Amino acid sequence: MTTLTETTLSPRAPLWTRLPVVHQLRQSVGLQRGMLVAGLVITGVFILTAIFAPLLAPYGYSQLRDDSGPFGAQQAPGGAHLLGTTVGGYDVFSRVIWGSQTAITVMVIAIVLSIFAGVALGLVSGYFGGWLDRVLVVICDAVYAFPALLLAIVMGIVISGGRSGLWGGIFAAAISITVVFIPQYFRVIRAETVRIKAEAYVESARVLGASNGRIMFRHVLRNATRTLPLIFTLNASEALLTLAGLGFIGFGIEPSSAAEWGYDLNKSLSDVSSGIWWTSLFPGLAIVLVVLGITLVGESLNDLADPRLRSRRAPGKTASGVVAATSVVPGGTLNAGPGGIDGLEASSPAYDQHPNDDPFEAK
Amino acid sequence: MSSLPDVVRIDNLNVTFATDGGAVTAVDGVTLRVAPGEVLAIVGESGSGKTVTAKTILGLLPETAIAQGAVILSSKDGSQSNDVLSVSKQKLRQLRGTDVSMVFQEPSTALNPVYTVGWQIAEGIRAHGEFSRTEARAKAIEILGRVGIPDPESRVDYYPHQFSGGQKQRVVIAMALVLDPGLIVADEPTTALDVTVQAEILDLLRRCRDEFGSAIVLITHNMGVVADLADRVVVMYEGKIVEEAPAQELFSNPQHDYTKRLLGSVPHVGQGTTRATARLEAREAHWAAAKPVVVADNLKIQYPGRLGKPGFTAVDGVSFTIRPGEVLGLVGESGSGKTTIGRAMGGLTRVTGGSLTVLGHEMNGFKERAFKKVRSDIGFVFQDPASSFNPLLTIAECVAEPLVVHGRAANPRAARRRVNELLEAVQLPRAFGDRYPHELSGGQRQRASLARGLALEPSLLIADEPTSALDVSVQSKVLELFAELQKEFGFAALFISHDLAVVDILADRIAVLYQGKLVEEGTGAEVLGAPKDAYTQRLLASLPVPDPAAQAVRRDELRILRAAG
Repeated sequence: MTTLTETTLSPRAPLWTRLPVVHQLRQSVGLQRGMLVAGLVITGVFILTAIFAPLLAPYGYSQLRDDSGPFGAQQAPGGAHLLGTTVGGYDVFSRVIWGSQTAITVMVIAIVLSIFAGVALGLVSGYFGGWLDRVLVVICDAVYAFPALLLAIVMGIVISGGRSGLWGGIFAAAISITVVFIPQYFRVIRAETVRIKAEAYVESARVLGASNGRIMFRHVLRNATRTLPLIFTLNASEALLTLAGLGFIGFGIEPSSAAEWGYDLNKSLSDVSSGIWWTSLFPGLAIVLVVLGITLVGESLNDLADPRLRSRRAPGKTASGVVAATSVVPGGTLNAGPGGIDGLEASSPAYDQHPNDDPFEAK
Repeated sequence: MSSLPDVVRIDNLNVTFATDGGAVTAVDGVTLRVAPGEVLAIVGESGSGKTVTAKTILGLLPETAIAQGAVILSSKDGSQSNDVLSVSKQKLRQLRGTDVSMVFQEPSTALNPVYTVGWQIAEGIRAHGEFSRTEARAKAIEILGRVGIPDPESRVDYYPHQFSGGQKQRVVIAMALVLDPGLIVADEPTTALDVTVQAEILDLLRRCRDEFGSAIVLITHNMGVVADLADRVVVMYEGKIVEEAPAQELFSNPQHDYTKRLLGSVPHVGQGTTRATARLEAREAHWAAAKPVVVADNLKIQYPGRLGKPGFTAVDGVSFTIRPGEVLGLVGESGSGKTTIGRAMGGLTRVTGGSLTVLGHEMNGFKERAFKKVRSDIGFVFQDPASSFNPLLTIAECVAEPLVVHGRAANPRAARRRVNELLEAVQLPRAFGDRYPHELSGGQRQRASLARGLALEPSLLIADEPTSALDVSVQSKVLELFAELQKEFGFAALFISHDLAVVDILADRIAVLYQGKLVEEGTGAEVLGAPKDAYTQRLLASLPVPDPAAQAVRRDELRILRAAG
């Protein structure tokens, strides 16, 4: 029992192991760990590429000539141009690298905007309910009914008039993605809020006379946002696809203001049939890899967050003595239940010092 | 002893679970056997491994579990026996239903709501052998009749929601019985049911043994149920068997310390009467004339119905008073409106008729703004300790919440001294304030919940089934603590419970609710000693006592009472 008491009162794990992704990485085993690591590596390479694009890219994204004259169109890979040049005479390698910067900017802006708007609307709508809730839900359902890309095109035209410089284009793309995503965050947060609103701890705050604002932000919000990192990663890949789709159909960013993979794919359409493979392959590969990487991270986090999907190290064939004093609620719900030796509190007369030990501190 | 082999023999069973924190041993070297036609009760508190042991018999362990040892299951006629742990999945499917079957705790989740009960029973029959649709249906009707469902020919086509809770449990038992298994594993079969229904289901289980000849492994934490039904009892604690004895012997002469403590902490009706009398004598002369804390006068609470339909009346014309420093115990079955009354007093549910005055404030048509000041004088303790704390705040922050909300402290840190005092008052160490709710056991959480309820030193405390989610041993400690705190702080309290024995320990007066109406009210001695209302009499008689001999007598009394009513 003394050993148990010690472990119970020992300080918590160091801070860095409790950080979101690090915690899950340490928790994972086997295939789930492989998926998570693969996803993290790809995503990491993507982010680093975006940050160090000015150093990595041999030419600028809109550069057509250097000291030795124009690059020339549709040059095969090799020589001065590692991955060749496009039909417009841009360096493919440079544009793929600069494209990562555009992609990450649009993803971050789109997701930040949609999270703030979606969470705020979802929280208010779920908590207060009534006519406001009904109106917002109907609007979100209506947004769902539109094809996402069509909506993004309409928003792009409205915001920038179809013309776009660097930031104008980025914001047009980001905001049009935001419009599509707000309903998703709204739905998730609203559903969680409605559920949490009925929890006993919210009722207990209401009995105390806490104000609506205090209940909403102190008790509901923090508990409702737990699933956000998951939707966040899954939506990030979707945002990239929407951006590439916009670029592909010609509503993206002009090549002179930023590099954009979808635009490059569009311009390489005619090359495909004439045997020029490098102009389409590399931007396409970039899109596929980034989406794959982020999706792998998102899916693994999702699986790890669910105790039923999470795989664990198999216990040894011989039960170790260390765990003899612990017990478990069948079915794996570890959230409640007294027990342990001092579950019978009458057993120790001096239970003021250390009353009953929670058998579940093994968590 | 008959020549037939034991229906199940468990030898040195170990079950280990893989968890995030490493391996956890749930069952540790358990050896037991069940003879044909015997009722073996496995008792213990949550986490003692009783359910895991029982599920091993059916091969129902989750994938994360590893079981070692032997579980030899024999068929009813003794023709074959198999080791459940080593047989193939296909063989295991054959064994389930024919050799062993299960009755679950919660009948409403054990039945599939989108199929008729007849279909669900026939499904089990047709999975084990060639039966035509009509034959299976005929068998389903027959078995429903035998478990006491009236008019089985038409009820066989009913959906689960058309049955009451007790009837649903009868259907679940019918499903378990239909293939005539040698062994039924009943996992807390009556825990989710009301006391009066529980008595009926226990009668039915007894008939399973007498008429069908099935052996029963009964898993329960309720010693009264054990006394009522069991032939032999196994007491489990932390995955080990600490005592095994025939029921009569276990109750009259427990050997192990744990068993003694377990039996000692079971509340009996009649314990509290002397205490209540002592408290009454200690009161001041004019106490009875003091202004009551709560007055309900012809209180009505109606939940709104769907469009065009009349609402549901949860509380219908209830009148009672709670005087300062008095504990009123409110007893009733599920759906009797007892929780609704508590919630109305806390301002969580609106009063729709009559009058409810709480601390001089009229609750019928109250305004939140005006009531907020009164709230600091009301404490509330919730039923489920698992969900009544915000999981992201530490215990200290949760307990400080009322102090911060009512401006007694600027932030949780400033309130820490007062929080420490409160934690000590409920006998929790100060260090527990820094823990998160999930790091505490159920009993500890309920103590912290009491600390939060008492933070503002309220003159009225509403406790809604504060101990129903706890084990008996922990329950008795929490009740004791409640009584001590009540004496020390002198608050008036509404104590809501479905358990007469629990209410008896604490309450000065007891009010019995039945279907939204107050059927009886009086002191513990009046209500429990000489109940006037027929429902109270039935409720009292249905409560099983932890003594096999006495329970047998009570059973006969109940039968007479039921025949009369």
